Amino acid sequence: MTNFYAGLIDGVLTGAVYALMAAGLTLIFGVMDIINIAQGVFVVLAAYLNYVLAAHFGLDLFVGILVTMPTLFLLGIAVDWAFIRRLPVRDRTTMSILVTYAVAIIIEGVLTVIFGVNYVQLHGWYVTRSIHLLGFYLPYIYVFGFGMAVVLLGAIYLMLYRTRFGRSVRASLQNRPAARLVGINVDRVATLTFGIGVAVTAAGGMVFGATNSFNPNSGYDLISRLLSIVILGGLGSMAGAMVAAISMLVVEDVVASMWSPLWAEVVFFAALVLVLALRPQGLFGRSFARAQ
Amino acid sequence: MIFNLDFDHGRTALQFVRATGMANQGRIVQGGTGKDMKGHLRRLLAAGAMAGLMGLVLAACGSTSSSTKPILIGASLSLSGDFSADGQAFQRGYELWASYVNSHGGIMGRQVKLDILSDASSPTQVVTNYQKLITLDHVDLVFGPFSTLLTVPASKIVNRYHFAFVEGAGGAPAAFASGLKNIFDVSLPVADYMVPFANWIKSLPASQRPKTAAYPTSNDPFTEPVIEKARQILEAAGVQTVYKQVFPAEVTDYTSIAGDVANTHADIVLLGSVDVPTVSAFIQAFAQQHYNPKALVAAAGPDQGSSFVSAVGASNTGGVMVPSGWSGLYHTASSKAMVARYIAKYGGTAAGVSADVAEGYSVGQVVEQAINATKSLSNAKIIKYLHSGVTLSSVQGAVQFDSKGENGKAAGFIFQWQGSNYSQVLPTNDPSSVKILFPKPNWGS
Repeated sequence: MTNFYAGLIDGVLTGAVYALMAAGLTLIFGVMDIINIAQGVFVVLAAYLNYVLAAHFGLDLFVGILVTMPTLFLLGIAVDWAFIRRLPVRDRTTMSILVTYAVAIIIEGVLTVIFGVNYVQLHGWYVTRSIHLLGFYLPYIYVFGFGMAVVLLGAIYLMLYRTRFGRSVRASLQNRPAARLVGINVDRVATLTFGIGVAVTAAGGMVFGATNSFNPNSGYDLISRLLSIVILGGLGSMAGAMVAAISMLVVEDVVASMWSPLWAEVVFFAALVLVLALRPQGLFGRSFARAQ
Repeated sequence: MIFNLDFDHGRTALQFVRATGMANQGRIVQGGTGKDMKGHLRRLLAAGAMAGLMGLVLAACGSTSSSTKPILIGASLSLSGDFSADGQAFQRGYELWASYVNSHGGIMGRQVKLDILSDASSPTQVVTNYQKLITLDHVDLVFGPFSTLLTVPASKIVNRYHFAFVEGAGGAPAAFASGLKNIFDVSLPVADYMVPFANWIKSLPASQRPKTAAYPTSNDPFTEPVIEKARQILEAAGVQTVYKQVFPAEVTDYTSIAGDVANTHADIVLLGSVDVPTVSAFIQAFAQQHYNPKALVAAAGPDQGSSFVSAVGASNTGGVMVPSGWSGLYHTASSKAMVARYIAKYGGTAAGVSADVAEGYSVGQVVEQAINATKSLSNAKIIKYLHSGVTLSSVQGAVQFDSKGENGKAAGFIFQWQGSNYSQVLPTNDPSSVKILFPKPNWGS
């Protein structure tokens, strides 16, 4: 039973970090109908930015986020301006897969030229230490990552539902032509949303880099998991991303602990197929997400 | 007459036909008078004689050219993807060997030219690459890719074209299971990797011998044979198995798996890892769980020098072991010379040179000796020669292939991180071995 509870705790803590990485993906799809295949590479890019700030300026990893988030926000806006907004509206979603894949390859190539392919990892006192609670060791990095996920996802929620900009975002998300008719600059909203979506990734990237060795190619292992999360949660739903990420990690960790690691992903994906068969729009699918 | 001297005879003949206007003359003959026909016939005969003469000249040029043109050797390496660090180290090994050979007059007086394609660590792309190298690039010979995972599919396609397939990182039993006669692994057979460690544990007095062991293993053709053979030796020595699980190679979160290992409190952990991230994730989780096994030996990862240290942190490397057939501190003269050339070209320290470099370099050395011995680039002759039981030399030591293509002369070593030093510790009777740290220091110390 100890393994079950340990798997449960690990799943909740690591799931929140995955939610942080997937939040930008679901936000961008929800508002822009863009499937951002580059999300995994943005995570790795954020980890590298943190690495540079820590290695050359001695910045603590969490302080470093104050620099990496605005940087990735600007990068997101630049990517949207250079590539995304030029896509034809009719084939926007399918074309976005190719375009963002190209963006991923460009970023990966630049990172490889700068950093090479040797693995690195982010270090801080909280990376290898843990707090002992009720017989379990809870790693500080995951506890802090969980807290950061709750705060940041809560902040995005408040932004979406308590601000004028958030109303514009939701209006664009619900009905793009109608939003235009009432005077919302939908293109501007989309650009800012893409920037915010990429910026949120900065936080997830830092925790990813502190809990995994990474090199410029590490983003590809992530993207399939992140896409699974947003599909299970419902494309466009922030709450769905959180619930799906935690569900995925809990199922995998508990199955790995109680049964076999080889079956962990099999069971999760079987559950994913079952959920999608019953609810094709995901747990918090678009119709629900747009009404929440 | 414009004549482009191209040694591709077919192309040259076509250019000759175009230059002399023979193609047009054919049409004129069909519709011309008898006088025209005689004139055209003379020109045609003259052109034919000229073509014959040029053919002789070109044949002579061609034969001169084939004996002086570079020997083209193709290889597919994982320059991106999961094995990119290893793949790029292998590339350095191949290139270092080629540059050494070329600076010493080449092989049989011919320079060596490498044609390296990236397979992105993909078992499907590696097949495409070798097919392209052989059928489109027309390479003379091929060298192997990185990892058993890629060597297995690659060896089948290379065998179809009857090419010799000498490789340095495909030593798992799966690579030889098909019974192909063209595959030769210059490195230590994978199943023997952890045997020196298991035998050393077995040799300890019962009071010092660990009682329990854990075997978390990545689902990879390289790791499972490594762990399995060591486990059999240890169980026979009375070391109880308390954890034995295989995890997917693509897993991105090891927290739970490593936590389960920690909960067993096993005395020693034999980790079937394929890369640095796997080892680093386990070490991090062990440290978080305050779990300090007496020994941690990983199948791969800690041999990656600075990449490993950078990932796990210098304070967490102490006592971690890894099996290998070579290290940058290896004592033979040829190994020392290669390491010196490597450092001169790429920088770093001897201990930081990846074993992949030596494995790649050894492939080149073995092929070079086979070409010189057979005085030929014939793959059939090279295959026959390598199967003859001859003993060859490499920076990793002696090489002698058995009937399967495994190197029966390869010796296995265990290396251990001791502070910032990467030292050979097993076998204990080897003059290069230093005293093993057992039990290993605690994490962070």
